[in-house]
Amino acid sequence: MISQFFVLSQRGDNIVFRDYRGDVQKGSAEIFFRKVKFWKEDGEEEAPPVFNVDGVNYFHVKVVGLLFVATTRTNVSPSLVLELLQRIARVIKDYLGVLNEDSLRKNFVLMYELLDEVIDFGYVQTTSTEVLKSYVFNEPILVDAARLPTLGPAAIFMQGTKRMPGTAVTKSVIANEPGGRKREEIFVDIIEKISITFSSSGYILTSEIDGTIQMKSYLSGNPEIRLAFNEDLSIGRGRGSIYDYSSSGSGAVILDDCNFHESVRLDSFDTDRTLSLVPPDGEFPVMNYRMTQEFKPPFRINTLIEEAGPLKAEVILKIHAEFSSSITANTIVVQMPLPTYTTRVSFELEPGAVGQMTDFKESNKRLEWGLKKIVGGSEHTLRAKLTFSQESHGNITKEAGPVSMTFTIPMYNASKLQVKYLQIAKKSKTYNPYRWVRYVTQANSYVARI
Amino acid sequence: MAPPAQSQRSPSPSQPSGKGEVSDLKMQLRQLAGSRAPGTDDSKRELFKKAISYMTIGIDVSSLFSEMVMCSATSDIVLKKMCYLYVGNYAKYNPDLALLTINFLQKDCKDEDPMIRGLALRSLCSLRVANLVEYLVGPLGLGLKDGNSYVRTVATMGVLKLYHISAATCIDADFPATLKHLMLNDPDAQVVANCLSALQEIWSLEASTSEEASREREALLSKPIIYCLLNRIKEFSEWAQCIVLELVAKYVPSDGNEIFDMMNLLEDRLQHANGAVVLATIKLFLQLTLSMTDVHQQVYERIKAPLLTLVSSGSSEQSYAVLSHLHLLVMRAPILFSSDYKHFYCQYNEPFYVKKLKLEMLTAVANESNTYEIVTELCEYAANVDIPIARESIRAVGKIALQQYDVNAIVDRLLQFLEMEKDYVTAETLVLVKDLLRKYPQWSHDCIAVVGNISSKNVQEPKAKAALIWMLGEYAQDMQDAPYILESLIDNWDDEHSAEVRLHLLTAVMKCFLRRPPETQKALGAALAAGLADFHQDVHDRALFYYRLLQHNVSVAERVVNPPKQAVSVFADTQSSEIKDRIFDEFNSLSVVYQTPSYMFIDKEHRGPFAFSEELENLSIGVESANVASAQRVEANDKDLLLSTSEKEETRGPSSNGSAYSAPSYDSSSASLIASQAPSELIPSNQSLQAHAPQASLAIDDLLGLGLPVAPNPAPSPPPLTLNAKAVLEPNAFQQKWRQLPISVSQEYSINPQGVAALTTPQALLQHMQGHFIHCIASGGQAPNFKFFFFAQKAEESSTFLVECIINSSSCKVQIKIKADDQSTSQAFSDLFQSALSKFGMP
Repeated sequence: MISQFFVLSQRGDNIVFRDYRGDVQKGSAEIFFRKVKFWKEDGEEEAPPVFNVDGVNYFHVKVVGLLFVATTRTNVSPSLVLELLQRIARVIKDYLGVLNEDSLRKNFVLMYELLDEVIDFGYVQTTSTEVLKSYVFNEPILVDAARLPTLGPAAIFMQGTKRMPGTAVTKSVIANEPGGRKREEIFVDIIEKISITFSSSGYILTSEIDGTIQMKSYLSGNPEIRLAFNEDLSIGRGRGSIYDYSSSGSGAVILDDCNFHESVRLDSFDTDRTLSLVPPDGEFPVMNYRMTQEFKPPFRINTLIEEAGPLKAEVILKIHAEFSSSITANTIVVQMPLPTYTTRVSFELEPGAVGQMTDFKESNKRLEWGLKKIVGGSEHTLRAKLTFSQESHGNITKEAGPVSMTFTIPMYNASKLQVKYLQIAKKSKTYNPYRWVRYVTQANSYVARI
Repeated sequence: MAPPAQSQRSPSPSQPSGKGEVSDLKMQLRQLAGSRAPGTDDSKRELFKKAISYMTIGIDVSSLFSEMVMCSATSDIVLKKMCYLYVGNYAKYNPDLALLTINFLQKDCKDEDPMIRGLALRSLCSLRVANLVEYLVGPLGLGLKDGNSYVRTVATMGVLKLYHISAATCIDADFPATLKHLMLNDPDAQVVANCLSALQEIWSLEASTSEEASREREALLSKPIIYCLLNRIKEFSEWAQCIVLELVAKYVPSDGNEIFDMMNLLEDRLQHANGAVVLATIKLFLQLTLSMTDVHQQVYERIKAPLLTLVSSGSSEQSYAVLSHLHLLVMRAPILFSSDYKHFYCQYNEPFYVKKLKLEMLTAVANESNTYEIVTELCEYAANVDIPIARESIRAVGKIALQQYDVNAIVDRLLQFLEMEKDYVTAETLVLVKDLLRKYPQWSHDCIAVVGNISSKNVQEPKAKAALIWMLGEYAQDMQDAPYILESLIDNWDDEHSAEVRLHLLTAVMKCFLRRPPETQKALGAALAAGLADFHQDVHDRALFYYRLLQHNVSVAERVVNPPKQAVSVFADTQSSEIKDRIFDEFNSLSVVYQTPSYMFIDKEHRGPFAFSEELENLSIGVESANVASAQRVEANDKDLLLSTSEKEETRGPSSNGSAYSAPSYDSSSASLIASQAPSELIPSNQSLQAHAPQASLAIDDLLGLGLPVAPNPAPSPPPLTLNAKAVLEPNAFQQKWRQLPISVSQEYSINPQGVAALTTPQALLQHMQGHFIHCIASGGQAPNFKFFFFAQKAEESSTFLVECIINSSSCKVQIKIKADDQSTSQAFSDLFQSALSKFGMP
């Protein structure tokens, strides 16, 4: 059970504070914030999500720059509390459409109302938006999503971390459209995060795809839904189905493992690769999956470092997009740590380059190359001339790198997992809600060693 | 929607000082209190909102209490809710004002809208005012019987709140019994779950004073209740499932079939997207199969994939919690994960705390087949720009080398690190090379060649400097410049801030002197002089000690400072296996994340419902500590276990004698000879003895079960002793008594082999002894060593006997220790116990 729940802004202000059991002192938020801000323990600079100060256990998760915190004095399951915090954030997002400091402050009374129903005396009651709907009466005050830079300059950061990007749906599940009646629609997002490490010679050392099928339903009356996947999909390496025989090697999609949302029924999964579920209101992951099967990486990275005199060197970075030309990747950032004795870097982009930017981050000696767009099949090159303050010890490659990359590729998925169709149990002949099935692939840890 | 004009201002209350705003608010509220004009509710909402926003940012708005209450006479549910929130926050500190609210809350408890009934009941129970409890009992009783499940869920939690305000009121009203009934019969799963949570809390708090409560607490683990909950598992919300699974993990199934039934029933929980459910299920599976080695291993295989998926699917915080558990499992059974090592490779954007766990796992799973890949990967991190991780990686490489796989190649890599000429890399590597040399002196030639090239000026970190100096002293023979490097270091004595380095310097220069006297004499003189003038006590003492030693006899000095050494075969693990087992018992809790057993960070009053009995039965939940001696050591170590400090003293008395006997040939100089093998510091000899003595002797002592003063007076003709068939003793009371009473009988004897053969599980013996009215309170262990705690009571009076019984099934030996309230009958009881035990396993 938990004792308190609170949300702090980046500056440490209490936005919401709820005490459930009264066995932790009132100043806990301050103690927590100071501890997190000035965390320095065994070489760590970042506070772990769970720590103990004077017998009080503090749990926190960071969501869009806000700190969601719970405290307790008991030896609870850390997964339970961290999951709960994340879930509370999701419920709030369902209600407000947009989750940020502004929307929380505008709706803090609603927050209290929600929190009272989510947790009673420290015990979780429900985190289902669907169930909460019937207990919660405050109407959300919506903030204008378009006007707010939800991902703003922090967007680059956000992509790097493991947090799933908020799907583009910034509409409250609860509030009605200005027009009065809600539009019937359902969003299914297949979001994949790629982790790859290339060796210095370009071989793939490790690779993994972590995928989520995220659903957000605005359908009235909770109809049943069927999701059908590729027929050659199988789960569990080593316990592949017998049919693998014919399609082995090339096309088959083999997931290492996956898990499902509570509402998902797998009755016919084995026979025809379909899931059936009655989606609850709100956003939720239908399925999480993990795949280490080989796949074609979307980008190849080539790095060349050449010495050019005693205090000079040249770095040549080449990126080749290996996907089809009908697809465009965006917000690409390539980073490379340079030797610590680098003092100056001059960049040379390819002729006619548009939407590219380069930077040498003096403070951490890092080269950054940003590209707004990369069209499939194209190749881009950056030349950087480095100037050193001291002579290198002969092997610059040991002092620099590895090159890492972040990107987003809409309508592309590396795993080849597909939603073949999305069937909604029909209420009437005219009932034809909008269905959005979207794919997006992001880099989680995309690294090339040099 | 109600977006009133003011909301534009309210979102960022610019931290007002308070006073003025609060009195303004008070005025406005007062004006609205009686108003029935249309739109009043909207204006009230705005004012209430303001009050709550002040409350959130910490401004005391308790002075508005009466106005808020006056305004809350409304049918607007949003207003009501805000008012309840406000009241709940301030009632505790304004009990008189809280009385004002009772009236309207009680009325609302009878409202026809179940929402309002529930809300009012919840607020009523949240007032936390002791003198108002009399008003709670009625509404709570009705709430528990309410036809609406929402009201009942609120009421069940309300009972728990009432218990915390006034336990007596709650018990007197017989609410726990009602909860128990609801738990077994209510159609709504959330009501059932709340009943379970409430009962666990109430009964475990009550258990310390009431035996009935402790029986009730144990009854939660009875088959009917467990089955009743398990059969409905899918009706529960994911959070309630966690509570149920956590309870079931403590249930002891009667046979293998039951275990498999439960596992088959819960198998699909492993595919749940909520990590907490998965971890709770895993805990259950692991606990269930502890005694079934094969199945236990299958469970490990089965849970790997779900765990890895959870690690990579959630936020980094969630994945950290799961990874901590994976880390625990990997540390327990590294072999089972040795082919999964690639999953533990670090990603560049992971937070430090995640990377650190992964590095530890990589170190643990390294074996002949994967060491090359793992070390190659670690070397990449060592060259990385992320300095803390580079350091950890080098340490990891060193640890793998100390595990003896592929040492040859690793030493080469370490030496390459030294050539990278990065200060922190050099520093970490030096420390490692030192440890490696202690274990593999045969590598000294290669290492020393490289280390000799390092300029001591580039080494600043005390640890690394100390390591370098140690090597200079130890291998003075092989390093041409050793005396001169030491000399230059001694020249800068005053600039050396670390006492550790100065201590090492003294020892190293001594060693060097003993090998190369002419070259070192000057440096030694300077070092001793500087040491004697040193303000640090240890440095001063060591310098003086060396000085006197040399004065006394140089060859003795040689024996003390520079004795022939044996290679260290195993470096001491930082954490005992007992501690690790305890953490494993607390799977799916903070203990795993902190890597510390819960008693070290949780106050007593907050240890969960069964934590205490777990503590007593640290063996019974299935710790795999195969040998009893070590299990006993845990107890000796833990602060509040069965042995009291006074008793520890008692056992230590004879034991330190024992160790004096076991090491009689050591005079003081040879004792320090052992000590000087520890390169870090010259431990004074008596200290090293102290460090070893109690542990060894405790183990010896306890193994023999002798050496303790046996209570003298066995009554010559004891009256026939009969025991109470229905004796009860609360674990708490047991522990207390065990701590207070002296041992009155301590014996060792053999039991018949049939009995041992029947002892496949401890349960069999427990039932047998129960037939003789001797009850078990805790048991544990694995073949061949089993340990039990029994108790019995005299039939006619409440005099209690406590027994610790250790059975070794391979030697058929039994050791018992008996403590008794009435010592005159303890011998009679001992005979009775022995005869009962001897019948075990007989047809």
